[in-house]
Amino acid sequence: MQVTLNVNGQEVSRDVEPRLLLIHFLRDHLRLTGSHWGCDTSNCGVCVVWMDGEPVKSCTVLTAMADGRSIRTVEDLEQGGALAPIQQGFMNMHGLQCGFCTPAMMMTGQALLDRNPDPSTDEIREAICGTICRCTGYENIVRAIRWAAENATENTEVSV
Amino acid sequence: MTVTEVPTSAGGNPIGFGRMLRKEDARFLRGQGHYIDDMDMPGMLHGAILRSPVAHAYIKSIDTSAAEAHPKVKAVITGATLETLGLAWVPTLSYDTAAVLATDKVRFQGQEVAFVIAEDKYSARDALELIDVEYEILPPVVDAKKALDPGAPVIRTDKEGKTDNHIFDWEAGDEAKCDAAFAKADVIVSQDMLYPRVHPSPMETCGAVALMDKVTGQLTIWCTSQAPHAHRTIYALVAGLPEQKIRVVTNDIGGGFGNKVGIYSGYVLAIVGSIVTGKPVKWVEDRSEHLMSTAFARDYHMHGEIAATKEGKILGVRVNVLADHGCFNGTAQPTKFPAGFFHIFTGSYDYEAAHCKVTGVYTNKAPGGVAYACSFRITEAVYLVERLVDCLADEMKIDPAQLRLQNLLRAEQFPYTTPTGWEYDSGNYGPTLLEAMRIAGYDELRAEQRGRRERRAAGDTSEPLMGIGLSFFTEGVGAGPRKHMDILGLGMADGAELRVHPTGKAQLRLSCISQGQGHQTTFAQIVAQELGIPPEDVEVIQGDTDNTPFGLGTYGSRSTPVSGGAAAIVARRVRDKARVVAAAALECSPDDLEWKLGRWQVKGDPEKGKTIQEIAMLSHSSLELPDGVEGHLDGTCVYNPPNLTYPFGAYICVTDVDPGTGEVKVRRFIAVDDCGPRINPMIVEGQVHGGLADGVGMALMQVIAFDEEGNNLGGSFMDYLLPTSMECPSWELGETITPSPHHPLGVKGVGESATVGSPPAVVNSVLDAIQVRHADMPLTPAQVWRAMQGNPFRTDLAIT
Repeated sequence: MQVTLNVNGQEVSRDVEPRLLLIHFLRDHLRLTGSHWGCDTSNCGVCVVWMDGEPVKSCTVLTAMADGRSIRTVEDLEQGGALAPIQQGFMNMHGLQCGFCTPAMMMTGQALLDRNPDPSTDEIREAICGTICRCTGYENIVRAIRWAAENATENTEVSV
Repeated sequence: MTVTEVPTSAGGNPIGFGRMLRKEDARFLRGQGHYIDDMDMPGMLHGAILRSPVAHAYIKSIDTSAAEAHPKVKAVITGATLETLGLAWVPTLSYDTAAVLATDKVRFQGQEVAFVIAEDKYSARDALELIDVEYEILPPVVDAKKALDPGAPVIRTDKEGKTDNHIFDWEAGDEAKCDAAFAKADVIVSQDMLYPRVHPSPMETCGAVALMDKVTGQLTIWCTSQAPHAHRTIYALVAGLPEQKIRVVTNDIGGGFGNKVGIYSGYVLAIVGSIVTGKPVKWVEDRSEHLMSTAFARDYHMHGEIAATKEGKILGVRVNVLADHGCFNGTAQPTKFPAGFFHIFTGSYDYEAAHCKVTGVYTNKAPGGVAYACSFRITEAVYLVERLVDCLADEMKIDPAQLRLQNLLRAEQFPYTTPTGWEYDSGNYGPTLLEAMRIAGYDELRAEQRGRRERRAAGDTSEPLMGIGLSFFTEGVGAGPRKHMDILGLGMADGAELRVHPTGKAQLRLSCISQGQGHQTTFAQIVAQELGIPPEDVEVIQGDTDNTPFGLGTYGSRSTPVSGGAAAIVARRVRDKARVVAAAALECSPDDLEWKLGRWQVKGDPEKGKTIQEIAMLSHSSLELPDGVEGHLDGTCVYNPPNLTYPFGAYICVTDVDPGTGEVKVRRFIAVDDCGPRINPMIVEGQVHGGLADGVGMALMQVIAFDEEGNNLGGSFMDYLLPTSMECPSWELGETITPSPHHPLGVKGVGESATVGSPPAVVNSVLDAIQVRHADMPLTPAQVWRAMQGNPFRTDLAIT
């Protein structure tokens, strides 16, 4: 079936199987490999991307369901060669180790900040609890998102 | 170690030890990591594995004709195919054998039965549905405690003459001396405890891409390997392939935790698939496959006893272990030690006698056993002794912190030889525990707990129960000395190569491989410290066997203790050579020079000198060098550690427990680690954070149990629960610094410390809250509630 969607600001049309998962479409068809796949049950959350500005687990979204929608992935966070505050926060606060959950954590964290620019640590923990990290014990991810909240700048961040 | 001021590079980084942001983050933050499933190659095919739905059965027949007829399928491989290649059974890392694909029968649910290779991964999965396997079901061995019963089904009928499920008996310590210590004891406490089967579950599953070039005979395998060099040698030994034509490449790994040490069927099948099809073949498993078939950890049924005087002086510990190794003995550990380093179970305390017996058995479960940040079963050892000490404290009504302080080894006893033969390199335990108690506000916490108990006794049930749990652990990491430690005959020394280019920029080549530990940064800091060049000028190269020296890989917290030693020594060798070159350039004797901040300078005339960058260019120039001194500024080293290093720490966990539901909330967790000097404190703290989360997960949530038919009850993330941000508290860390006397940098390694040390602190805390002597992990709400009713259940079986 034919789908047309906007991915990171670019319109994309492809003929895909109706069963094709969005995460596989992004990774295998568009070669946007920054978003990862980690489980089949929507539990691990390393596949989080934005669909129309909402974080979704893209292993549980069919590409067909994204027809006509806007998708944003980690590859779009950096703008004009400058890291977004959320990326800077993860680096400065050592919010990542193996890097596998990091794109999902940053997309989730940014979605939170877009709605709540000054979240408490409890609010951050609740927001990211749908993605599992095996390396960091979460503390530095919470600090990274707080760092981004405290160092938000407009020139490096472009919303969808 | 004296604290000296560390100079700063133009890039703002420490030229040596200190907090430095990670070099590797640049790619991860942009979604530009290079994990196995990110690989794509022209003509690449995709493999998928058909797995057994049952735990124990004869394979009567396999019909692959319908799958082969699928228009997108290129090949189907079965055990029969592999038998023709002599690859159906391969040696394990413990000198047992394991089936790559089942031939005679299946021995665990999820075992590999057939391999489909197709044009895309969806078609490969479709074709699995078209394979018809006829099974004749056999009774499974699920309960390890019944594996040696007379008449138990024999799992390893492939072994000629095998009539039971026994693997090994092993013991350590002096049994008679231990019995004598127990005979004079005033108090003896016994406790059965299970460290249940858990799975490391890195967020990235295992996978491989294999390419056999039939013309050149070159085999390249990209895979999720924590030990690329060991893999290469094993492929050569097992398959008879020429080792010089095997290249193992590991790029970024999405977490390892010991799960990615071994060689899995999928890797071998990708290789066979490429040989059969002539194309690159990718295999990446799904989460259920990962949970059900790759290396698990623990599964130790322990009966421990601790003996003490009436004054609380511990006299001895003894333990009997029943070790469930699954259906193939595939543990990855130094060969001499079938129970890993479990015999370090005497822990951090001062007593003369200890003894352990370990019996390994086969069951109808996946193989593995040493994985998951366990430091070769020190996790089980620390859990045993730290639970026993708490049981003793409970029995004697002594505060568990007091009992530990009374019995901890004293600083003057180091180096200390344990009753089971380990030589602890250095330690100063008391101050570490006191520091944890200070951060926690231990006395105030106990006062708060007393208050709560008094109010509850008076009828106020509005507050949750409160628990305070301690653990003190001694780790043994950095395996290891070649004379004691090898895996399949490969000694556990690590190579390092350092090349300083003419402009003074350096490349360090290592055999170990980061899975998130930040090696690119930490090892650059080591070279920076030794050579005085900015860490941003040092590129760390790992993971490609064609491009790095031999060594045994990253697990058991061995990278810094072993490869870190190699990196320091090779940098010092280069520095020594630079001295000779500098002397030639300055027309003086090398003895006239002294080293200061990246520069060889004339003693008493510091104006005259050469920086390492100047020397690098001189080394490659036409400068005439003394006889016997070769040009260039490179070095190599193989570091054979003289001993393990022994990091240690004190942990305190504070929990609130809802007595109505059994739900546990970890309110606070205090961790004071002593891993010697910290090369990059930021990275060390990150390592500790992650391990603490693991400890909370294992203590409260994670378990791979089996029902009576051998069905895996933890086969997805809906059933196998990992801690999220909601279960983890904000960790409170502290440190003490006791350098290793034998490591070139004094550092001890830290990767697994928190995973090893934290589970008993959590368990001790929960049991302190509910005032129950013992209940097995995981302390789920159901288990806590049942324990409070005096009826805890076995967590390795379906709940009854």
